[in-house]
Amino acid sequence: MPSAISTGASAPPIVEVAELAREFGSRRAVAGVTFSLAPGECLALFGPNGAGKTTLLRVLAGLLRPTSGSARVAGIPLPGGPLARSRIGLISHHTMLYEALSPRENVSFTAQLYGIRDSRARVEDSLRRMSMLERADTPIRSLSRGMQQRVSIARAMVHSPQLVLADEPYSGLDESGARALTALLGELRSSGAAIIVVTHNLAEGLSLATHAAVMQRGKFLRYDSADRIDAGSYAATYREALAANG
Amino acid sequence: MADILSAAWLIARKDLSIEFRTRSAFFSAVVFALLGLVIFYYAWDPTAVTATDLAPGVLWVIFTFSGLLGLHRSFGVETADHAIDGLLASPASREAIFLGKAIANLIFVGAVQAIAIPALALFYNLRLGDVAGPLIAIAILAAIGLVAVGTLFSAMAVNTRLAELLLPMLALPFFVPIVIAAAQATAKLLSGRPVIELGAWLKLLLAFDIVFVAACTLAYPFTVED
Repeated sequence: MPSAISTGASAPPIVEVAELAREFGSRRAVAGVTFSLAPGECLALFGPNGAGKTTLLRVLAGLLRPTSGSARVAGIPLPGGPLARSRIGLISHHTMLYEALSPRENVSFTAQLYGIRDSRARVEDSLRRMSMLERADTPIRSLSRGMQQRVSIARAMVHSPQLVLADEPYSGLDESGARALTALLGELRSSGAAIIVVTHNLAEGLSLATHAAVMQRGKFLRYDSADRIDAGSYAATYREALAANG
Repeated sequence: MADILSAAWLIARKDLSIEFRTRSAFFSAVVFALLGLVIFYYAWDPTAVTATDLAPGVLWVIFTFSGLLGLHRSFGVETADHAIDGLLASPASREAIFLGKAIANLIFVGAVQAIAIPALALFYNLRLGDVAGPLIAIAILAAIGLVAVGTLFSAMAVNTRLAELLLPMLALPFFVPIVIAAAQATAKLLSGRPVIELGAWLKLLLAFDIVFVAACTLAYPFTVED
């Protein structure tokens, strides 16, 4: 499903991945993946549990070292240190929040870690976009799972990342939270960010995607760009991957 | 370097804010320290051992074990919902994360010491007024070494199933030289020896601090690189 948002396909890619592999002992979690995304492009990544999707995102986020192959974020080879990490926003099904602190404190802490000067306005804006201003001073532990996920998204977006790595970002969100997230990701794309979204929901993933891939046993079983994405055939490939995974 | 120190202070402030809100580890450590003092006091035979001979050992046993409570919490707060991933994915360097944790732990241990030392003086009827300055210097120098080693091992142990057991098993052997030097210096001080006689022990503590802080800061990134 091609997106209406114009992409910078002719611009230098924000993320370039070539034959990237990551092994854990004898197990190849990611087994030679190649793709690139230009500014404004979004890759929707599908696949059964254990296919290597989360490992791929963790390598790109700088949390794991690749075993072989290469990856670049904004031209910086990974693992690229603080400069590369400052360009990335990571959303996970884990909220990565401190439960004793409030949403405002959590997001403000992240903003300061990313070196945002006068971060107050950015923190407020980030919380407002995820409709969390009213509960901004409530400790995280007192919030519902969905609200915590909203704060986690606000935290990941506060520094306006060039590359968003979103691992099941819709998990726990209600309908309005999901709409807010989709709108936010759309705005980031419009501003030139690239996005990789891992989801089990084909409709959500394809609504954002300019590229899509189905991953199985560490490899791309299928990888298509916007003009070749067909929701029906993707559903079939995804079902095959799930069946093959047992 | 300024970036590292600025990020380290930010992380330390965050950890102290969390501890200030929950106060769980601090109260545990203070209660442990005071209970330790009480137990040693009632187990003590004043006709066999003088207070000035017993107090240095009691003080450093208490600091060592109460400090472990805070050190275990240090990376424990990062495991809930994988907060550590947020830190590691941020532009803060691994060294800044380690130093931030160590600074917060140092303030934690210092706060426990600030309560335990006057309590020790009260229980054992010690006059610390004249030796307060050198005693504070010993306490700070020893705390820096203990915290550097303890913070590193806390990071290593936190993801294991037996973290609470593993941390003391890993850290205590490295604490031994620091505790010996600190206890010896404290003993000389409390027995009324001239401060100049502490010089060798203080230099040894300083040397341990330099080695442990440098080695642990450099080693920390290897504990989080997967």
